[in-house]
Amino acid sequence: MPEITIDGQKIEFNQGMTILEAARSKGGDLVPPTMCYYSKLKDTGGYCRTCIVKVEAESVKNPRALPKPVASCRTLAQDGMVVKNQTSPEVLEARAGVVEFLLINHPLDCPVCDQAGECSLQDLGYEHGKMDTRYEFKRREFEQRDIGDKIKLHMNRCILCYRCVKTAEQITDGRVHGVCSRGDVAEISTYIEQAIDNDFSGNVIDVCPVGALTDKTFRFKNRVWFTKPVDAHRECPKCSGKVRLWYKGEDILRVTARKDQYGEVEEWICNECRFEKKKTADWVIEGPSKVDKHSVISANHYLAPEMKNDLSMLILNPDAGNNPGSSPFSKEQE
Amino acid sequence: MHSQIKSSKGEMKEIRFSEATMVKVREIIARYPEGRHKSALIPVLHLAQAEFDGWLSPEVMQYVAEILSIQAIEVFEVASFYSMFNLQPRGKCLIEVCRTSSCWLNGAYDIISYIEKKLNIKVGETTPDGKYTLKAVECLGSCGTAPMLQVGDQYHENLTFEKVDELLENYQQGEKMSNYC
Amino acid sequence: MKEGKKILLEHIDVPGIEKIETFRACGGYQSVEKALTSMTEAEVVHEVITSGLRGRGGAGFQTGTKWNFLAKPEGVPRYLVCNADESEPGTFKDRYLMEKIPHLLIEGMIVSSYALGVNKAYIYIRGEYFYLYKILEKAIEEAYKAGWLGQNILNTKYNLDLYMHIGAGAYICGEETALLESLEGKRGNPRIKPPFPAVAGLYGCPTVVNNVETIAAVPYIVNHGGENYASFGTEKSTGTKLISASGHINKPGVYEIELGLPVEEFIYSDSYCGGIRNGNELKAVVAGGSSVPILPKHLILQTPDGQPRLMSYESLSEGGFAAGTMLGSGGFIVMDETASIVMNLHTFARFYHHESCGQCSPCREGTGWMEKILHKILDGHGTLADIDLLWDIQSKIEGKTICALGDAAAWPVASAIRHFRSEFEAYIKDPMAINKISHYNEKYKIAGTAI
Repeated sequence: MPEITIDGQKIEFNQGMTILEAARSKGGDLVPPTMCYYSKLKDTGGYCRTCIVKVEAESVKNPRALPKPVASCRTLAQDGMVVKNQTSPEVLEARAGVVEFLLINHPLDCPVCDQAGECSLQDLGYEHGKMDTRYEFKRREFEQRDIGDKIKLHMNRCILCYRCVKTAEQITDGRVHGVCSRGDVAEISTYIEQAIDNDFSGNVIDVCPVGALTDKTFRFKNRVWFTKPVDAHRECPKCSGKVRLWYKGEDILRVTARKDQYGEVEEWICNECRFEKKKTADWVIEGPSKVDKHSVISANHYLAPEMKNDLSMLILNPDAGNNPGSSPFSKEQE
Repeated sequence: MHSQIKSSKGEMKEIRFSEATMVKVREIIARYPEGRHKSALIPVLHLAQAEFDGWLSPEVMQYVAEILSIQAIEVFEVASFYSMFNLQPRGKCLIEVCRTSSCWLNGAYDIISYIEKKLNIKVGETTPDGKYTLKAVECLGSCGTAPMLQVGDQYHENLTFEKVDELLENYQQGEKMSNYC
Repeated sequence: MKEGKKILLEHIDVPGIEKIETFRACGGYQSVEKALTSMTEAEVVHEVITSGLRGRGGAGFQTGTKWNFLAKPEGVPRYLVCNADESEPGTFKDRYLMEKIPHLLIEGMIVSSYALGVNKAYIYIRGEYFYLYKILEKAIEEAYKAGWLGQNILNTKYNLDLYMHIGAGAYICGEETALLESLEGKRGNPRIKPPFPAVAGLYGCPTVVNNVETIAAVPYIVNHGGENYASFGTEKSTGTKLISASGHINKPGVYEIELGLPVEEFIYSDSYCGGIRNGNELKAVVAGGSSVPILPKHLILQTPDGQPRLMSYESLSEGGFAAGTMLGSGGFIVMDETASIVMNLHTFARFYHHESCGQCSPCREGTGWMEKILHKILDGHGTLADIDLLWDIQSKIEGKTICALGDAAAWPVASAIRHFRSEFEAYIKDPMAINKISHYNEKYKIAGTAI
């Protein structure tokens, strides 16, 4: 099996994998951060330049170093390749530069942004950015555009990762939004404020790494870290029906797809599941979600795993509980 | 049923290419392999801009999308990317003055401010009578004959104030502007 | 003074050379006859490899090598696309060539297409060159009528269709993959490579993209042989190159030079630029189009080790980034003592900001930031820290972007600071000082801010 070395660690990989995929197969700190790459979509990545790494040796056959850093998400791993990520000061400096570029025009409205707490850009800034900003000019502002009653577009926050465009292209039956204009005034837009409206359009919310596309039905309802994620499912004729419910007390404030450790959707969900099923009775509760380390809600204050079975019992058979009809959290959490 | 737009003279006009233009459209589409008709988008947008008052209204873009059987958003993405497509109405005579390096070295800014004063408008504006729009643009590949400006597809090179006077006078007299397509 | 070899512009002054009859009478289309009737495709490629011809668009990559890379899977069409999207500030040679002698490009397209096994070829021309589009359309029509294009050319069963394709104002479409996207009717966003066009280019098929001047050199190479071509110029820079000369010189224009000509001779000789206007002093030169590093007088005329600097790929780059530059597209912009380096740089920074496609973050955000800082300095509000900030921003763009536009935006900034830092400092310390050497400041305020 071919082997690649990343930050001194040898990793076996399958031919055809990118450097990033090889790194993720090992996991840990050697995995480069990503903002635009999305493993669940085809043909993503390469735009944000966050995942750049240094190639010290290209392959066994050609052991020369590459002169420029490469985007690990778009560069194929090769046998004998030697890559530096966290161990290269040059990469860390370049990445800090990318973070700065992504932030100079990004509004500092985290206090009122629904993405706060689960925002990839916040995490990136925290982990790879610098303390101060050196940008002293007015931040870019776009005109507000209405793209329908379910999805809120906040163009000022967009980092042009193209994920939502690829999502619309690949999992919906007709893309009605795209990237318009060019350069630093390029923006996500529909054609003359047409609504993005089809059964799977809501997935653009889940793929957005920042708060540029948010759920209007959740808007300003609560801070993410005060809500509690629970995995649940239902029989859905359109999608897998496997979702994550976000509770506040007994109310489901938000429904999203389930996400993996890299914050990527595990299975796409339909708009009906996402926007219209907000009662506990709509769902079969599986138990509290395992939340990725990146989320502020991952702090260790959820139900112990052994509670899971009792919980599903509780939901499937409300009479079994002491407090019929209440949310699965009502006892333990309050 | 095609939509209508208001022409520069104020009357409503149906958005539909003339038969002569349609012949051109078909000829352009035929340049590309079967199924690759989207390649014709930029040339067809030029034809549309020339035919429908020098700019691309949402209705015109919709019409082009229909002709090429593509989504309107695909047309909009492209039309908004390229600097020669106007998404707003503009004056009949679009004056584009180059201002990059060599033109700047040879006094392009003087030419720009001269035209600004003469037409009593700023860069980016249109005269109240809708006749002239002044734009400052980036390198037009006329560096050896700087300073220069472009009107329609005509290059006016080695400009002096006198030359500017003369060419504006000619356009004022209604000299036919050699247009795209 | 002995004039150098003329390969491209030999017949440029023949009256009526834009017409096919005149062109033919001057030996035009001979290379098509020779190649199609007496050479195999591989033999033509071989001659181009032997010639040492390098891409004339800017990168200077070996044309023969590029052709050799072209994948040739069975049953898949291949394309040749001519890059006539000339937009690099300071460059206007392709325009001159296409306007004066359009059939030379068409001849080159036919013989190159034959060599590459291509049956459908396109010339992608920038939208602003619409009048040239008309000239070339007419020339193509003439070539079809004369049987140089179409089916069964010269009864050899070789078929070729050649079409014009017009752009609409985007410098980035000069980048070959952005050009292909644009030709497919999309936004001019450069593609992420690999795959390279030689494997998956236009419509996903193997494609070669070559600059106008590169293609136009092929007929000579076919007619006279690669070795003959390589006998001109220097070892690493064979043949001739069109140089677009502009700025503060007495005789701006397009010159065909034999590569290896001393820079000093090019600037001061009456056969070329004819010296600096008004008898002024030479201050600086941008030798290969806006993207390449600017050099002050002492470094453009001489290499760091005191040898005369020559107009060739290798001599101009001697000294690396610290003291050298590049031949690039051959856009030769000359500045005399009155020119403000800071203001010239601002026009470049504005240009790259305007032309960034916006796909990748360092270029999208960095080009605008650099322009804003330069604008601030020109407005008299700069601080000395701004110079270091500019330096740092350009270093964080360079080499970190999808395509070369990032580098192209970074290098002019880096070189201006490297060689003219004192001018930035002087400007910042005494903003009015610029008015003492240049009268442009007031005009700048009027014209430089809008759009």
